[in-house]
Amino acid sequence: MKTARSISIALLVVVCAASLLANVFAPASYSAQFRDVPDSPPSKTHWLGTDALGRDRFSRVLYGTRVSLLLAPAAALISTLLAVVIGGVAGFLGGPWERIALWTTDMFLSLPWIFLLIAVRAVLPLNVSPEISIIITFSLLGILGWAPCARVLCTSSRELRDSDFVLQARASGLKTTRVLAMHIVPNLAPILLAQFWISIPVFILAEANLGVLGLGVAEPLPSWGSLLRELQGYGTFVDQPCQLAALVLLVIVVTCFQMVLPSKEFAS
Amino acid sequence: MRIVSNLRLAFILAFLTVAAMAQSGGELRFCIHAEPKTFNPLLVGDDPSETVRYLTGGVLLRINRVTQQIEPELAKSWKVSPDGRKITFKLRTGIYFSDGTPFSAADVAYTMQQLMDPNLHSPTGDQFRSDAGKVETTVLAPDRVAIMFPAPVAGLDRLFDQVAIMSATSQKKELAVLGPFYMADYKPGVYVLLKRNPNYWRHDAFGKQLPYLDAVRLYIQQNRDLEVMRFVRGEVDLINTLDAEYFEKLASQSAAAHDAGVGFDTEQIWFNQVPSAPLPAYKKAWFTSTNFRRAISQAINREDLARVVFRGHAHPAVGAISPANAFWFNSKLKVQPYDPDGALHALAQDGFRLDNGVLRDKAGNKVEFSVITNSGNKYRQLMATMMQQDLAKIGVRLNVVTLDFPSLIERISHSFNYESCLLGLVNDDLDPNAQMNVWLSSASDHQWNPEQKTPATAWEAELDNLMRAQASTTNPKKRKQYMDRVQEIVFEQNPFIYLVNKDGLSAISPSVQNASASVLRPQTYWNIDELWLQQAQVAKGRE
Repeated sequence: MKTARSISIALLVVVCAASLLANVFAPASYSAQFRDVPDSPPSKTHWLGTDALGRDRFSRVLYGTRVSLLLAPAAALISTLLAVVIGGVAGFLGGPWERIALWTTDMFLSLPWIFLLIAVRAVLPLNVSPEISIIITFSLLGILGWAPCARVLCTSSRELRDSDFVLQARASGLKTTRVLAMHIVPNLAPILLAQFWISIPVFILAEANLGVLGLGVAEPLPSWGSLLRELQGYGTFVDQPCQLAALVLLVIVVTCFQMVLPSKEFAS
Repeated sequence: MRIVSNLRLAFILAFLTVAAMAQSGGELRFCIHAEPKTFNPLLVGDDPSETVRYLTGGVLLRINRVTQQIEPELAKSWKVSPDGRKITFKLRTGIYFSDGTPFSAADVAYTMQQLMDPNLHSPTGDQFRSDAGKVETTVLAPDRVAIMFPAPVAGLDRLFDQVAIMSATSQKKELAVLGPFYMADYKPGVYVLLKRNPNYWRHDAFGKQLPYLDAVRLYIQQNRDLEVMRFVRGEVDLINTLDAEYFEKLASQSAAAHDAGVGFDTEQIWFNQVPSAPLPAYKKAWFTSTNFRRAISQAINREDLARVVFRGHAHPAVGAISPANAFWFNSKLKVQPYDPDGALHALAQDGFRLDNGVLRDKAGNKVEFSVITNSGNKYRQLMATMMQQDLAKIGVRLNVVTLDFPSLIERISHSFNYESCLLGLVNDDLDPNAQMNVWLSSASDHQWNPEQKTPATAWEAELDNLMRAQASTTNPKKRKQYMDRVQEIVFEQNPFIYLVNKDGLSAISPSVQNASASVLRPQTYWNIDELWLQQAQVAKGRE
């Protein structure tokens, strides 16, 4: 298990480094269209071939990985912070605050999030650059994805609130804010970390789903979601197995994220 | 000598009999993409119902899908009066509906009466409504009928292609038909089964009664991927419309894929010119400028769109009417050539200037706009991305936004909160009258500025006049002149920037004989009564 974890960390480092250095490794711009060679197979010039518009697939996978890997953790951070504020604090305060928080969380969990995302995406301003569009997409994912994490945090923080050491701290005259800062948050940290790591692949997949629906990142910026859209249709990858590159990378990265998490954090 | 001659004759007769026998039987299968909404031929408004109507309905006149000419069917001959208000049919005799009731002029009168009943709200009937007033049908004899309209109807005879004649006396009502098949079974969500009409009136050159096929099974299959898979497996025999990607895939595997050449469907973009649209004033000024629209049109490489996005199975579009429409297309007009320098020149006339690779207007505003299109349409997204690169060459930044269809419709039809839109138009009517709802400035589908109380520009006023003039005259030459001018105005003003005309792509199994693909709907089974299945091939395909 330790070896698998080390391999996963190494793979994640390699993938992250390659994507961050995309400007160095990519043989072409992600948006350059080589219109004379659309859908071409792998060659010396285009290592993974080209897409339907003749764009170099290897370059797009590198840049797409950068986009998805940078912004999925950002979205996970947003959702985890929101979960702390809504779930963690409500669980600690208890009473009506907890009931309101749980009711809101249940409501968010019961919403068909994909339709919600589509609806929210539809009312956003149209004239935004691809860079802004991707920030909007991941921010939306972060803002709408806090509910499962909040539920876990609410329960954990309620348990901590009723624990002996917190009762003792309160009995000693510690203020609520200090109890929160000194005792609750540090004890919630492992759960927060686990939730954060779990959220990253969830957001990567959510963006991929949106991308497949054509509602993710705007052209010409690539992301794993928009790259996966190439696979739509009957047997497209049979002639062009390189179209699977983004999918293979997605599976590897998501698996690595799961392997990296120490089992004790899940247990906690 | 006589014995040899008789033997030869007997041999030929035997051969023809065997050939005719071979043409018999079999069940043709293909997919429709939704449930038919109705089996009443007068209420047809959707594609699946239209398929059933085409296969079951007997019509007085039929447009040949290849020659685009009108051919007599249940009517032996017909005559349109010089004023375009009256049409007289001479009918065939000795014809029976599928249930055995005889066909006569009374059935035509009954059908027209039902069709024009305002309470029925028949989409087919609406096409005949030229003016307020009653449509009078007079039975002149059992085989002669005259129909009088309150005002001239342009292209009157062609409209009868869609009027399936119903029986006035049959107990089975609309289920008694005169077409090659009748509806035998319908399993919602699964299939519609049509069986051979034993009373069908047509015979082949050898006197054999048509249709050759015993049945047609229409599978209800929404998913296009599954449709193609079923075709490859031999479970279905026809695919009416294919996209370029599937076409290439099928073409590489067999000879089943057919490209019938340039089709009627167009893909176009337009700028929002609605005065009340929530857009900055300087952008409204760009979008209403003819020079700006022309420049954008010149800066788009249509050849590349057709070659790369549609893999060569599309043609750069000229204008509102496709070259596939042999009579109505204005052949003087040529495709707008790709000319970025010409585009910059046209823009300079309006005070635009290129500043470090960025185009700016007179006031120094950066030229940037968004184009919306529907998500899930791969080809439109690819076209938009190619245009993005083309326009970058003249310093224009184009932001591509894909929206789910209801949101897109909301923006282009109600809130008008968009800058430009890329969509396609499905066109399956040869007569330009079908485009009235697009070109009249008061029409709701006049997308760049719909439902105007008075025409916003002089050229839109001219379009209104020309469209009304062509609709109110019955002289084809005059109508053609008017429509040529309409096409010229659209070409000059670019309210729609036409991009490509897609080819008519379809798939026909090698087991289907006598089939020839057309660009007009229904592309593959337009001569359904002459199609037959080669049983050996069918068995091989369905193994």
